[in-house]
Amino acid sequence: MLSRVAERLYWTARYLERAENTARLVKVYSNLMLDLPNGVGLNWHQLVDISGAQAFFDSHYRTSGKRNVIRFMLSDTDNQGSLLTSLTMARENIRTTRDLVPSEGWEHVNELYLFARKELTGKMLLKDRYEFLSEVVMRTQQITGLLAGTMSHGAAYQFIRVGRNLERADMTTRILDVGSATLIAPGVQLERLENRLWTYVLRSLSAHQMYRQYVRRRVQASQVLAFLLQDTDFPRAVAHTLGEIASCLEHKLPHSDEPLRAALRLQRLVAEANVNKLHAEGLHEFIDQLQLEFGNLHQQISTTWFSLELDEAV
Amino acid sequence: MEIDWNSYDPGELYDEMISSPGHPRRAARAIATYLQKLTAKQLGRRQHAADLAIAEMGVTFTVYSEGTNIDRTWPFDIIPRIIPQKEWSHIEEGLEQRMTALNMFIHDLYNDQKIIKDGIVPKKLISGSKSFMPQCIGATPRYNVWAHICGSDLVRDGDGTVYVLEDNLRVPSGVSYMIENRSITKRVFPELFSKHRILPVDDYPAHLFDMLASLSPRPLDYPEIVVMTPGIYNSAYFEHSFLAQQMGTELVEGSDLVVCDDNCVYMKTIDGLQRVDVIYRRVNDEFLDPEAFNDDSVLGVRGLLRAWRAGNVALANAPGAGVADDKLVYSYVPEIIKYYLDQDPIIPNVPSYRCDDKKQRDYVLANLNKLVVKPANESGGYGMLVGPHASAAERNKFANLIKRNPRNYIGQPTLKLSTAPTICGQKVEPRHLDLRPFILQSDRTYVTSGGLTRVALRKGSLVVNSSQGGGSKDTWIVETGGK
Repeated sequence: MLSRVAERLYWTARYLERAENTARLVKVYSNLMLDLPNGVGLNWHQLVDISGAQAFFDSHYRTSGKRNVIRFMLSDTDNQGSLLTSLTMARENIRTTRDLVPSEGWEHVNELYLFARKELTGKMLLKDRYEFLSEVVMRTQQITGLLAGTMSHGAAYQFIRVGRNLERADMTTRILDVGSATLIAPGVQLERLENRLWTYVLRSLSAHQMYRQYVRRRVQASQVLAFLLQDTDFPRAVAHTLGEIASCLEHKLPHSDEPLRAALRLQRLVAEANVNKLHAEGLHEFIDQLQLEFGNLHQQISTTWFSLELDEAV
Repeated sequence: MEIDWNSYDPGELYDEMISSPGHPRRAARAIATYLQKLTAKQLGRRQHAADLAIAEMGVTFTVYSEGTNIDRTWPFDIIPRIIPQKEWSHIEEGLEQRMTALNMFIHDLYNDQKIIKDGIVPKKLISGSKSFMPQCIGATPRYNVWAHICGSDLVRDGDGTVYVLEDNLRVPSGVSYMIENRSITKRVFPELFSKHRILPVDDYPAHLFDMLASLSPRPLDYPEIVVMTPGIYNSAYFEHSFLAQQMGTELVEGSDLVVCDDNCVYMKTIDGLQRVDVIYRRVNDEFLDPEAFNDDSVLGVRGLLRAWRAGNVALANAPGAGVADDKLVYSYVPEIIKYYLDQDPIIPNVPSYRCDDKKQRDYVLANLNKLVVKPANESGGYGMLVGPHASAAERNKFANLIKRNPRNYIGQPTLKLSTAPTICGQKVEPRHLDLRPFILQSDRTYVTSGGLTRVALRKGSLVVNSSQGGGSKDTWIVETGGK
């Protein structure tokens, strides 16, 4: 399999997953802003912080009001991480590798892109935005399911799987960041707010129901953290996505030593995290650390399969 | 719309299906009868089914319209073009003869140049040619064959004679449409296929694979063959990916390949570098290798020509093969066949006047209103003058062009291209057409059964190119029996 093709499939999956999770993130944040009382210190700029593109935002926008932040997150095509950019890139990558993907896969990605572009050019009411974001989540899920159900699970599919899970791990930690206490202004009475905050976090990851089924406790910060970081069975939990990646690397792809090491290191890091302590302090820093490691894992994948080091290889 | 052959009049033109009102040709008799029996509604439904089938595939094509031109928007006419097998066998022989001679010619040009020394063709044929690649002098590709894939355009004149109009020896396209047109017709007229004995066309990718495999520098049962494309924005990208898929080979871009110190070509895969044996390249010569041809090219592979000359990789077609794809060379093909094979051409050339010869040029200039004038080095129907249909201003423009650069032009009589019944709105009318069969050559030769028939959909128009208002038809080589 060509390196270029492998790389494009990997990025197709990453961008699709990024689009889905960006939709989830904006949805949960919009709800939070509606629901939490004024004066708790939550503001729209924090959403920009979570997305990790503060510098870009600050140089392109004068104020960080709701409208600007929403535009930045959803329709700004100069923003590398916006929903529309993600869908554009997913489409661009899949259309140059169409021979390897079932044709419905390409068609659905293409239609989703066209749909988003159309919806995002007009003015969008809050109610419409909610429906739009839900639709994006649903359609990306559909595409993921379609590929899983109709594409041979050979090397091509494994790159899709690795890309999807790595992006999902990264985005889940960003959404967890919403719940990190750093968002809340110091001195605010947290107790009552916190439950509501973490319930939103769970809901945004479609995890509320599974949490109740498997954790069997009412929503509690450290339990939610443990579930979303360390649960190996819930598909959007970080530990699960890392397990998926490790199993692809170990069993399905050639010469995977270095990426596998990076994935296993991440697995240890997550498994050994002390959620009780993290909840009290340092969650934001821990998430930063994880994201650096995700970057490192990507680097290993890229070096191993995408950008062949020619001098060594010959 | 119902078809009544009694009211279909090809006039003085040669019609491929109906010789005179009410009289279908022998090989077409069964289908003519069948079509006439269809009610207007049935016929409409068939055309609609064909349009739907194309639209379905069209989903895959329309994306390319974001690039520049897209071939698949050219319409498909459901009435097939019929050629009796007996006639086709004769054409096949002619094409094989022509390719064999042309390949000997190209090899001679890049090696001993005997044909020039013997005074059959003038030296300036090469010195004035944009497509002669000095970088290829002295190369000896396997079997001494340079043009492995050729698409020759055939036309039929008013008296029924079939001529070769031009040979496309660089990167001819259209073969995927030939295959697709057949699959659409099979959906639309399945019952006809059980009644007729129609030669299949879908074995082309298998023959292409075999031909390419025979070029491999390493004797392997499955050598590593790749199709090289300029990329998604190329108008023929669909065909590139279609052929790669059909042959089960990788579709690569220049950046996927690398030439290492051992002068071998490798592709970058997830398993590391993997040696490539044969490249079916759909990239023009000048973009193949920045080291050898065009320093600015980002499409090519640095060192590719070196690897090819070292015999470590086969390129199809070989670089430099385009030298024989030149209208001036074309005018010498009868002499070329005679010189190398000591045979007369089986399929004649259209008589051609070379403008670099003073006498012939004067004739062309004096008869611009009757002739077709073509630039020596263009394809796709661009930059040509159809004298009888042109305005005085256009003819003047061409007179000046010819005087300024006579080497670059040839003149030919305007042929009365044959026609075939074509659905035009609510009527069936004669439309002009040509035929592009594809020829594969290595140690053996294969000719497609038929080829791609292109139709000029505008009434009276002689230009069949897809970029200029052409459509296409399925082409049937029909066994008539009784041989």
